Amino acid sequence: MMRAFLALLARDLRLAVRLGGGGGMAVFFFLVVIALLPLGIGPDRELLARVAPGMLWVALLLAALLTLDRLFQADYEDGSLDLLSMGSLPLELVVVAKALGHWLTTGLPLVVVTPLLGVLLNLPGEAYAPLILAMLIGTPALSFLGAIGAALTVGVRRGGLLASLLVLPFYVPVLIFGTGAANAASGGFSGEAGQQSLILLAAVALSSLVLGPLGGAAALRANLR
Amino acid sequence: MADMNRISAAQRFHAYANPARFMALSARLLAPLWGLSLLVVGAGLWFALFDSPPDYQQGETVRIMYVHVPAAWLAMFGYSVMAVASAAGLVFRHPLSDLCAKSAAPIGAAFTFLALLTGSLWGKPMWGTWWEWDARMTSVLILFFLYLGYIALWATIEEPARAARAAAVLALVGAINIPIIRYSVVWWNTLHQPASVFRMDGPTIAPAMLLPLALMGIGLTLLFVALLLVRMRAEVMRRRVRNLRLAQAASAGEA
Repeated sequence: MMRAFLALLARDLRLAVRLGGGGGMAVFFFLVVIALLPLGIGPDRELLARVAPGMLWVALLLAALLTLDRLFQADYEDGSLDLLSMGSLPLELVVVAKALGHWLTTGLPLVVVTPLLGVLLNLPGEAYAPLILAMLIGTPALSFLGAIGAALTVGVRRGGLLASLLVLPFYVPVLIFGTGAANAASGGFSGEAGQQSLILLAAVALSSLVLGPLGGAAALRANLR
Repeated sequence: MADMNRISAAQRFHAYANPARFMALSARLLAPLWGLSLLVVGAGLWFALFDSPPDYQQGETVRIMYVHVPAAWLAMFGYSVMAVASAAGLVFRHPLSDLCAKSAAPIGAAFTFLALLTGSLWGKPMWGTWWEWDARMTSVLILFFLYLGYIALWATIEEPARAARAAAVLALVGAINIPIIRYSVVWWNTLHQPASVFRMDGPTIAPAMLLPLALMGIGLTLLFVALLLVRMRAEVMRRRVRNLRLAQAASAGEA
């Protein structure tokens, strides 16, 4: 079973590297949104520093959403999802492999470029470490919760837009606690408020690791019948 | 013996899930339900608008509460109905529970919108702002989005059986939000006041205000049930029309 899991994960990673269009596009989108922001609200450095953590998080959420519809759609179209659902690997673990692959190819690159974009937004120096830490903890939740939305809309016309609408409400806790961790650091509060946000964020991420595969597999079963 | 009783009770429960029997029973229930809900809501409105004291701090604006609080209750009640019906639909595969969940969604969404709207209208004179991003308001707004997403999912998937199962999964995942709304005023110290009716140590609201509030709560809940039955009946008939059309198309194809 472990071998089947790793094979599926390796296949997804290989597909992402060789086909392109997934994580790379998300990173590009992230960059463009952040570049548009100072043009929209004006280049006031202090204002930018204040909104930077929240804007980075919002742009990251949107970038992660963009790639969600490809999570199961391509496999659904060429029939490999049917094979996977009949294979030895439980559907829950298929969803885990898929979401993990999505995180490695989309979530992780987005976190890696965040420090660069932080410079563009004049993010205060002391906010970098908590923000990156919060993003490392929070982005897996985006992939795993997103898997539910992607599974619900697999094989649906214009499913990408619908998946975004379904998933966004579930991203709200990640956004709140993720921004909270970074804001506590840059706002000069005691470390306790930031720590509390990080712990709550970790709780959200851990619950999504359970909820995502269960909900995603149930939704796939409903849609594959 | 006890086991046999339980089986027959379960069978009796399942018997009501038979659409034909549901249609017969709901047809008989509807008229009294409508009458009763209009009566109770009417009495509640009378007490709320004319025969209850103004608040010593808030003055006459407190009367918004008699719509706002029951609407917020029903917003959560509607989602709970949806979630329970969805779970029953997933487990027992009763088409009727799927229809119940589907029918509850627009009604619950309407009450959620009403709660947000009246809250906004109440917030302006009391807090000096139409909207405040505090925990209670944000979580109710998210509840509204969950309702809309659920309705959109039903509308997008064409095949009813598939749509029902996908929507049920979404409703159950979204049910996490209900306890968050309930306890948001406890967990976070926010602008919205904490619960004052359903408390462990009894209500802290004045009895003269509790009466119209209770009447409105009961009356609007009856209205919710009446609307739910009407929508469910319409859904059952829509299914029948769909099946007839499919059968017609099939026989036309054979001929």
